[in-house]
Amino acid sequence: MSRLEGPNQIAELQREILEKRGKFGHEIAVCGGPGCRAIGCEEVFRALRDEFQRAGCGEDVHLKWTGCRGLCAGGTIVVIDPGGIFYQGVTPEDAREIVEETVLRGAVIERLLYVDPTSGEIARAQDEIPFYRGQTRLLLEQIAQLDPSNIEDYVAAGGYAALAKTLDRLQPAEVIEEIRISGLRGRGGGGFPTARKWTACREAASSDGTKYLICNADEGDPGAYMDRSILEGNPHSVIEGMLIGAYAVGANQGYVYVRHEYPLAVQSILTARDQAQARGLLGENILGTGFDFHIKVSRGGGAFVCGESTALIASLEGKIGEPRPKHVHTAVRGLFNKPTVLNNVETWANVPLIISRGGAWFAGIGTESSTGTKVFSLVGNIRNTGLVELPMGTPLRMIIESIGGGVPGGKKLKAVQSGGPSGGCLPADRIDLPVDFDRLAEAGSMMGSGGLIVMDDETCMVDFAKYFVEFLAEESCGKCVVCREGLDRMRDILTAITEGNGTPESIELLEELCEVMKDASLCALGATAPNPVLSTLRYFRDEYDAHVNGGRCPAGVCRALITFHIDAAACTGCGACARECPEGAISGEIGLAHSIDAEMCIQCGICRTTCRFDAVMTD
Amino acid sequence: MATTGHAAHRIIEKHAGARDALIPILQDIQAEEGYLSQEALEAVSEGMSIPLIQVYGVATFFRAFSLEPRGRRVVCACTGTACHVRGASAVLDELERQLGVCAGQTTGDGEYSLETVNCLGACALGPVVVVDGINHGHMTRADVQHLLGGEPESAGADR
Ligand SMILES: Cc1cc2nc3c(=O)[nH]c(=O)nc-3n(C[C@H](O)[C@H](O)[C@H](O)COP(=O)(O)O)c2cc1C
Ligand code: FES
Repeated sequence: MSRLEGPNQIAELQREILEKRGKFGHEIAVCGGPGCRAIGCEEVFRALRDEFQRAGCGEDVHLKWTGCRGLCAGGTIVVIDPGGIFYQGVTPEDAREIVEETVLRGAVIERLLYVDPTSGEIARAQDEIPFYRGQTRLLLEQIAQLDPSNIEDYVAAGGYAALAKTLDRLQPAEVIEEIRISGLRGRGGGGFPTARKWTACREAASSDGTKYLICNADEGDPGAYMDRSILEGNPHSVIEGMLIGAYAVGANQGYVYVRHEYPLAVQSILTARDQAQARGLLGENILGTGFDFHIKVSRGGGAFVCGESTALIASLEGKIGEPRPKHVHTAVRGLFNKPTVLNNVETWANVPLIISRGGAWFAGIGTESSTGTKVFSLVGNIRNTGLVELPMGTPLRMIIESIGGGVPGGKKLKAVQSGGPSGGCLPADRIDLPVDFDRLAEAGSMMGSGGLIVMDDETCMVDFAKYFVEFLAEESCGKCVVCREGLDRMRDILTAITEGNGTPESIELLEELCEVMKDASLCALGATAPNPVLSTLRYFRDEYDAHVNGGRCPAGVCRALITFHIDAAACTGCGACARECPEGAISGEIGLAHSIDAEMCIQCGICRTTCRFDAVMTD
Repeated sequence: MATTGHAAHRIIEKHAGARDALIPILQDIQAEEGYLSQEALEAVSEGMSIPLIQVYGVATFFRAFSLEPRGRRVVCACTGTACHVRGASAVLDELERQLGVCAGQTTGDGEYSLETVNCLGACALGPVVVVDGINHGHMTRADVQHLLGGEPESAGADR
């Protein structure tokens, strides 16, 4: 592999690769995203490879991996070109048919196509699927097209052209100006203007000239995986973004701090780094311009608080991951006390796009104060679970109904939670809200990293608030008293309420604790921890009251407050529940209505999930 | 355990001199030995000239480290938000009941360790339980009985 000696050689390399590529008759792309891997796409890939060999058409066919295609509910996804035929739910057993029918005979296998559950329409290609039609896929479409382990794929798609342009034609100040014009705000949670951070770092003095760059890939939000998909699916876009940023602020050393649970992302970024280095795109004298930049990859230690910038920096320094007060910004004094720019994975991945296509183009997408697109992980009680990318300001309704396909199982939408443990819940009647940084904050939630958790009417909002408080109580680093003790007390109170031991005073105390934590916590973990509680109190107060005053859990979730019984009219007497009940609390003759012994029942709910006739009820 | 000290020394050497290497060193030892023994922590403290209390502080702060050996089989329930709203807490509850240990513990016979994780990126399959590296999706409390009943392939297995 030859080193590139000048910025103009990127375009040459791209031409070379494209010429070489034209030769294949077919391209078969298997999705290797996190969702498909969990279902077993590796076996699908192996089965396809074996079938191609068996059929003797290995020469004419390019079988490759791509990153996440987004529609995780349809895993494993296989896309076949020419024609862009989109197969979903593919198993290893389908491999032979795909090769014999689709590749050799050009016939489409209907059984593997996507069928729209509402209209019954069959989609042959990705663009015909409503889930994709409504999106603006800038980052995600690259991931869906590229083999992340092959730098040539990235270059063929125009990758590293932004770096070439930067090193060839732009002054550092011009790079920052372009980012300022784009209006790019950080995708890691706070939405801080990226250009302002870069300017502060560029202007900060460093005694020996050392400055650092950090990519925050700690992705702590426990229901979001967009950063992982970007890092696994298009690592070069992050590296290119960091290179441009490093040139702009004058840094020569970068770190990628990857969440402990993401071994594949670590591997992906390491492979990409080595390839970029071999091509002269990273390391010393990049593209022969004299600019040096190195990247180290660090694995996180598995602490949520280390997603916070100062805690992350402490952890990179080999210390306990505790945050520090930010009187002095990390842009001025960060890693090893040197000026440091820290940005989120998705923020970095947007940078090459902005430099290539211009800040004004980016600013034209989204809303006035929140520009560009945002990747969301749309999960929970939603039909089309997956990753979606939309212009900022897209109404929640469109995300949930048109793209997400609504709530499955004939249930009703109850609430949507955004922003992870620091965010809040919005009730179903607020779903016309446009999703951008400011509108979400006004409504008592926040953008966060882009997790969107959809909840149906069988979700208890008090239990849900307790879930986040428990999570945060576990993850509080313990350095400041307010957060450590406050979360413990909040957990106690919420536990009491869900166990039927709450009083109206408990709710008042809860509200007071929330206010203190907002004001007095050392870092944003504690300061935003009240959000899940305050937002559920704001929109679902009646549910708290039902627990406290009525001793009831209206959603039928809190075990201490519910009793199970069987609706004799709906029960067919099949006996399935009685067989599954671990306590033997259900009795009845086959063919006749069964009943539950309330004394013996432990409210585990197995009977309810077992019953196919919806005959098990709760009070 | 002589080997423990050995591994620690070799790993420290590999990271020679780096001032940011404490966590990577502990991660490498954990990956190799499955946990951080007292001998390993002492060897790191000595080898890197870092007070033992600081090494211990880091080792106990991060979730990635365990100071005790894990069981022969590892059962890991996802308790991420997406899995939670689909009933993961009932699934975890049942796992705890069946195994007789709380999340984070290992059964007395050293057979099973029960762990939790926050989001595996497989939210479409939620609730997810991973047994010895194999994902089981759409788990319900009832599935848990079958899952641990010796036929891991049968219950809710997605492949
Ligand atoms: C408790 C806590 C956890 C955080 N976790 C993450 C995270 O996992 N990933 C991330 O990019 N930012 C996280 N942040 C935000 C970072 O502190 C920081 O603002 C962000 O990474 C800056 O990058 P950006 O400007 O590109 O958004 C977290 C903040 C707090 C307070
Ligand atoms: S929350 Fe369980 S896999 Fe995402």
